[in-house]
Amino acid sequence: MHTQAQPVGGPLFTRGYMVLLAIAGIGIALMIWRFAVGLGAATGLSDGYPLGIWIAFDVVTGTALACGGYAVALLVYIFNKGNYHPLIRPAILTSALGYTIAGASVAVDLGRPWNMWKIPTYFWSWNLNSSLLEVALCIMAYVCVLWIELSPAFMEKWSVDGPPLLKRWSQRLLPILNKALIWIIALGMLLPTMHQSSLGSLMMLAGPKLHPLWFTGWLPLLFLMCCLAMGYSIVVFESVFSSTAYGRKPEMPMLINLQKIAAWGGLVFIVVRMADLAYSGNLRYATQLDLYGTMFWIENVMWILPLAMMLASPRPNLGSLFRGAIVVALAGGLYRFDTYLVAFQPGPGWHYFPSVPEMFITFGFIAIELAIYIAVVKRFPILAGRTPAH
Amino acid sequence: MSTDRRAFFKNIATAAATLTVLPTVAQAREKKTAPSDAVGMLYDTTKCVGCKACVVACKEENKLPADIDGYGQGLYDAPDSMNQYTKNIIQLYKDGDDQSYVKKQCMHCIDPACVGACMLGALEKGKFGVVSYDVSKCVGCRYCETVCPFNVPKFQWAKVAPKIVKCEFCKDRLAAGKEPACTAVCPRKAVIYGTYTELLEEAHRRLRENPGKYVNKVYGEHELGGTQMLYLSHIEFEKLGFRFKQDESVPHLQQAVSHGIYKGFVGPIALYGLLGAVMFRNRGNSDKES
Repeated sequence: MHTQAQPVGGPLFTRGYMVLLAIAGIGIALMIWRFAVGLGAATGLSDGYPLGIWIAFDVVTGTALACGGYAVALLVYIFNKGNYHPLIRPAILTSALGYTIAGASVAVDLGRPWNMWKIPTYFWSWNLNSSLLEVALCIMAYVCVLWIELSPAFMEKWSVDGPPLLKRWSQRLLPILNKALIWIIALGMLLPTMHQSSLGSLMMLAGPKLHPLWFTGWLPLLFLMCCLAMGYSIVVFESVFSSTAYGRKPEMPMLINLQKIAAWGGLVFIVVRMADLAYSGNLRYATQLDLYGTMFWIENVMWILPLAMMLASPRPNLGSLFRGAIVVALAGGLYRFDTYLVAFQPGPGWHYFPSVPEMFITFGFIAIELAIYIAVVKRFPILAGRTPAH
Repeated sequence: MSTDRRAFFKNIATAAATLTVLPTVAQAREKKTAPSDAVGMLYDTTKCVGCKACVVACKEENKLPADIDGYGQGLYDAPDSMNQYTKNIIQLYKDGDDQSYVKKQCMHCIDPACVGACMLGALEKGKFGVVSYDVSKCVGCRYCETVCPFNVPKFQWAKVAPKIVKCEFCKDRLAAGKEPACTAVCPRKAVIYGTYTELLEEAHRRLRENPGKYVNKVYGEHELGGTQMLYLSHIEFEKLGFRFKQDESVPHLQQAVSHGIYKGFVGPIALYGLLGAVMFRNRGNSDKES
């Protein structure tokens, strides 16, 4: 797969980068500490709220934000929009990083992570009713798929100027990989369809503990639509960001179209959600403006807002695209966060607020992700176009 | 381009059609019934005097450590609910003249949410219908705690190698032909052990022979798909902390929907083939730069 992608180049260890590394360092130190003292001392978790921000944010929201690769791949390979190809590599890179970090978060969150290897290997023990098993296996497989999808970017560089051994292997593997890639990419679209919808099924099993405004048999479909809208908007966000940060010409018409998909997707999401709630009769809970009713309406307004913004300014510029993309990401993120934490009602007497170390471990993960992203785009051919922005 | 677009919409339509039949499929999952060898307990609030002999017996039988967390001087061992040191507890409800004790432990659901949740079957419904725990298959994800409608499974938060703690119906005692520690020790026979069917009959006999004495239902006969722990009470069950009265089991909807999507893994394989086929047709185009 030949692209016009080229490394950004330039110095890596800028002042901003050192700050990122410092935050990452604090996060890593706290992770080590968490394993020394146990989850009780390190987190705000309890038997009432056994899942916290590491799951609700790092995994459930984080992997949706990492759906750019999935969303653009659908557009390019299934919708046959080859001209969007330049957006694929950066999207796959953020997806690969996002999913890898989500996996690392799970390892920190699990009580007995040393048993993790049993999930893919103890197939005779697999509980096929468990949505969590499906999510776990799918995400493990998808992380591998994403890095394979991305590997040509590394091999293209190594086959030219890598160390001798790496160079020889890259030259040998690259053509084989390019031929097989179509089936790997197909897998890269199947797996997110499965696990992103299953992330919705997961909370279906919370049953009566989940507030009726969020509990529905349509959770899988809602979660799938949510991750697609977020995927397109995150590609817009990232493209605007990297074009500004690295002086590249943004692919404006494409980005406008992606944001259109995300914004109209938001409307479809709301229509499906409202229709289901109206049909089940649970919409009546939306008239109570308690915490749940209020959060429900904030989510809905945020889902509609990007479309309103788009219709209000028919000729979007970089700034308005950026703002629109952020609103979609926030709307989807809030919906997922609410489904896992706010709408979860373990019963009277239980409270959860993340502890400071818990939050700093999450910040650490975000910093690690950004630091690797910056290092990779500066050294490897990820971003397309060398023309500076006007 | 237009034919590809048509193909794309066809894919979407197929997916949508699959998802549309889900609610219908959801109705179709069969309701689970108690296993034929199911045992159970029947607890009667009118007989319990709150002596907590069962709480002590449970601690001894399961070798659970004293609960002295957060009280200082190692002086406290009277927890107010189930926790990582306590698999069985007696609680008191009191509001004016309304008063009742209530025993809490795992309900050993007929269709347990925790068992449906557990990835490798560390929680399993086995012999006698007992929901038991096998630490060797547990990764400590705590999804069982998230989904249990009775908030039963507890996690050893203070440990570096934590396990899930829950009542396992003294399964070793059952295997040895003995009854569970809590029922064996109860001086008022407020909680009794027996087979599920005989206890259900006994509960209905008490309801029949003592009109007006109890709330007219056996909690656990239908609730959450039925539980092997059965309750008779003179106080409304909501007041005793039983929040939910739905008859449908927790896993019912999720498993119906998931089975609808994943039955025989046909859906995913078909989707994979479809994705590959569409990509194969589109090959060449996707590499074109704008």
